[in-house]
Amino acid sequence: MEKSIALELRGVTKTFGKVIANNNVDLTVYKGEILSILGENGCGKTTLMNMISGIYYPDKGQIFVDGREVVIRSPKDAFGYKIGMIHQHFKLVDVFSASENIVLGIDDGKKYNIKDVNNRVLEICERYGFNIDPKKKIYEMSVSEKQTVEIIKVLYRGADILILDEPTAVLTPQETEKLFDVLRRMRDDGKAIMIITHKLHEVLSVSDRVAVLRRGEHIATVETATATESMLTEMMVGKKVTLNIDRLDPVSPCERLVLEGLNCTSHEGIKLLDNISFTARSGEILGIAGIAGSGQRELLEAIAGLQHLDEGTITYKNPKNGEDVNLRDKTPLQIRDLGVRLSFVPEDRLGMGLVGNMDIIDNMMLRSYKRGASMFLDRKAPKDLAKNIIQSLEIATPGATTPVRRLSGGNVQKVLVGREISSAPSVLMAAYPVRGLDIGSSYTIYNLLNDQKARGVAVIFVGEDLDVLVELCDRIIVLASGKITGIVDARNTTKEEIGLLMTKSTSISEDAEKAAKEGSENG
Amino acid sequence: MILDYILNAIAIGMTFLYGSTGEIITEKAGHLNLGIPGVMCVGAAGGCAALHYMIVGGITNGFLLVLVGILASFIAAFLMGMLFSFLAVTLHANQNVTGLAMTTFGVGLMKYIMFGLKEGNSIPYLKALSAFRFPFADQTNGLKYCGVMVFLALIIALLSSFVLFKTKVGLHLRAVGENPATADAAGINVTLYKYLATSIGCGISGLGGLCYIMDYAGSRESYLSIEALGWLAVALVIFALWRPHLSIVGSVIFGALFIAGQFIPTLVPLKFLQTMTAAPLLKMLPYVVTIIVLTVTSIRDKKENHPPQGLGLNYYREER
Repeated sequence: MEKSIALELRGVTKTFGKVIANNNVDLTVYKGEILSILGENGCGKTTLMNMISGIYYPDKGQIFVDGREVVIRSPKDAFGYKIGMIHQHFKLVDVFSASENIVLGIDDGKKYNIKDVNNRVLEICERYGFNIDPKKKIYEMSVSEKQTVEIIKVLYRGADILILDEPTAVLTPQETEKLFDVLRRMRDDGKAIMIITHKLHEVLSVSDRVAVLRRGEHIATVETATATESMLTEMMVGKKVTLNIDRLDPVSPCERLVLEGLNCTSHEGIKLLDNISFTARSGEILGIAGIAGSGQRELLEAIAGLQHLDEGTITYKNPKNGEDVNLRDKTPLQIRDLGVRLSFVPEDRLGMGLVGNMDIIDNMMLRSYKRGASMFLDRKAPKDLAKNIIQSLEIATPGATTPVRRLSGGNVQKVLVGREISSAPSVLMAAYPVRGLDIGSSYTIYNLLNDQKARGVAVIFVGEDLDVLVELCDRIIVLASGKITGIVDARNTTKEEIGLLMTKSTSISEDAEKAAKEGSENG
Repeated sequence: MILDYILNAIAIGMTFLYGSTGEIITEKAGHLNLGIPGVMCVGAAGGCAALHYMIVGGITNGFLLVLVGILASFIAAFLMGMLFSFLAVTLHANQNVTGLAMTTFGVGLMKYIMFGLKEGNSIPYLKALSAFRFPFADQTNGLKYCGVMVFLALIIALLSSFVLFKTKVGLHLRAVGENPATADAAGINVTLYKYLATSIGCGISGLGGLCYIMDYAGSRESYLSIEALGWLAVALVIFALWRPHLSIVGSVIFGALFIAGQFIPTLVPLKFLQTMTAAPLLKMLPYVVTIIVLTVTSIRDKKENHPPQGLGLNYYREER
């Protein structure tokens, strides 16, 4: 069957200062197909899509819609050509209802009547099988509901070309499958769909063709039916990469950190942590899975002494003398003074982990400033440490005195992890350490975590990619709404099982308690 | 006597109402304009200057005086809003610094202009006072302070609430203040909305300055208190939870507190209140209440009662 072209790019180039984000990209999308845009982080996928949707304007090149050359200067122009984009970071106003967000910016000359909008939204829901309450406020919605609103938003405008920027990054496997069903239904409806992702198995399952970008350049577009994971990876990275994570067996594990009955509530009275009990053992990587905002952050911060607890105990078993140390209600400094070697790689690298405007040396000193009695700074030791980390972790930086914020995401993360590991911790906590990192950097981080595990460190790893969690960890704790809904053995589980636990209804809290108990007994 | 107190409270409250309605519109576009006191001063100066030249030129038509006075006041303050928008939107200047600078500038500019507005020993623009007392021109009447600008303030506040919460323009404007990136992606002209909302908001605020002189104080030194009133108008925005219609109630309460020092001693038969020590304490009331109210309203539970999310943050589209 002959397919007609929906959108075509010819020689599109965009630069930001000296950085070339896209270089001479040619791309074609047909009506009634799903095209995956595949590439590593920072390869220019999002920039390219932003040019189609009018956020950025290309420096060079032409864009054709339905065979006619078009100029897209603003998102409004893009709507005019029936192009709609669903952004990775949702573009929704929190205090507005779903309908108010959907109708935002539409200038159809009709009188503004929210009831009519509600009805039209319900019509669209019925047609494509969505389920949403148009009057519900965005801030009361789950992530997948917000995404649904975003999709309805572009459909409401009658978009024929849909662009989705990493739509599955925040979804559970079940929600992802539901989304893909909707996408397939839209494709069969004749719409052209572009989906940005870096998850290979999703590319293979949902798309008809795959376009691979590398360093801002279009490498090739291939039929999905003829593609394999290893072939696509090679195209993405530009060289052969082995995608296996080694998992060593834990060496003589013993209890390192025992948590019992942790409870904590937010200022608004919402339960953040609900009766959390588990044990972290030395020489083991303990994974924590869950939908974003299920209590992962609070849990790690509670251990690090940054979160006030209503109830519960945190006991650290000192490997040197076997003493039990109580960590609850201690500040990070007190914890350190007690001889507890705890390292924390927080989720917010440049907010909590490092100071963006300070150089690598100064950031090293954040960990050691208490040492030394002189009133002047001693920059020698941190300087050596910084040089050492730059060398051993292959950090790409002009020098040790470069402000951290000028480094790329992967290098920033290496600086942070390097500093935390350098203090020879006995407990290492890492929250989303590979978020925003390319494949190469991600594997460097996994290897670092594995090294620490081999040294007998108790590693706690909060991750979002379930494939990685299952491959890397020894045990995985699943959190849902601040509760533990299961502790599973990573060697004998599937990501579907974890996905189910992530969305497990909170009403079956007894099961969760039982699971938590079993987990702590096993530990 | 109590009626007199209430009417006075309403009259001075309208000064706050203009200021806060204007600032609410500005803040809904995501601009924290701390230049409101200065803007109100410039509004007063603009209106008074226009009246001065009209009266010196021999125009006595009351309707014309009111109309041109109000327009001139609005335009002068509108230009201040354009200045703020140019600095904050086009040049991405820090909004707090810009606002404070505008207050300093506005107060100084007003003093300069007002100082020059006299003919020998008389102040011509004060001759327009009776025109502004329309429609209750009789000055011995109990309603003597409720002139045309009081009613205009109420109309503007109600109209602003309607536009903000019931029309598409209002929806777009609120989106710009909450989340400019979202509004931009939805095809809304963020720059245009920010410029217009800030400038119109400033124009409305500026009327507050004229209202105070022509409707309430009516003396040659009255312009010196406008700055203090401006700060209370900014505080009133938080008290009113960013809703102009609630601001009407708030402005009358603030007005009542502001003049409590004059009326409470005669209304409440307490000996202490007549003493010399009580007077300054009563004068403190509006400020003390502002602190208490701000503390209480800061403890908000509902998300709808929070300030606009993008308040005080400048928007760069191509920021990465």
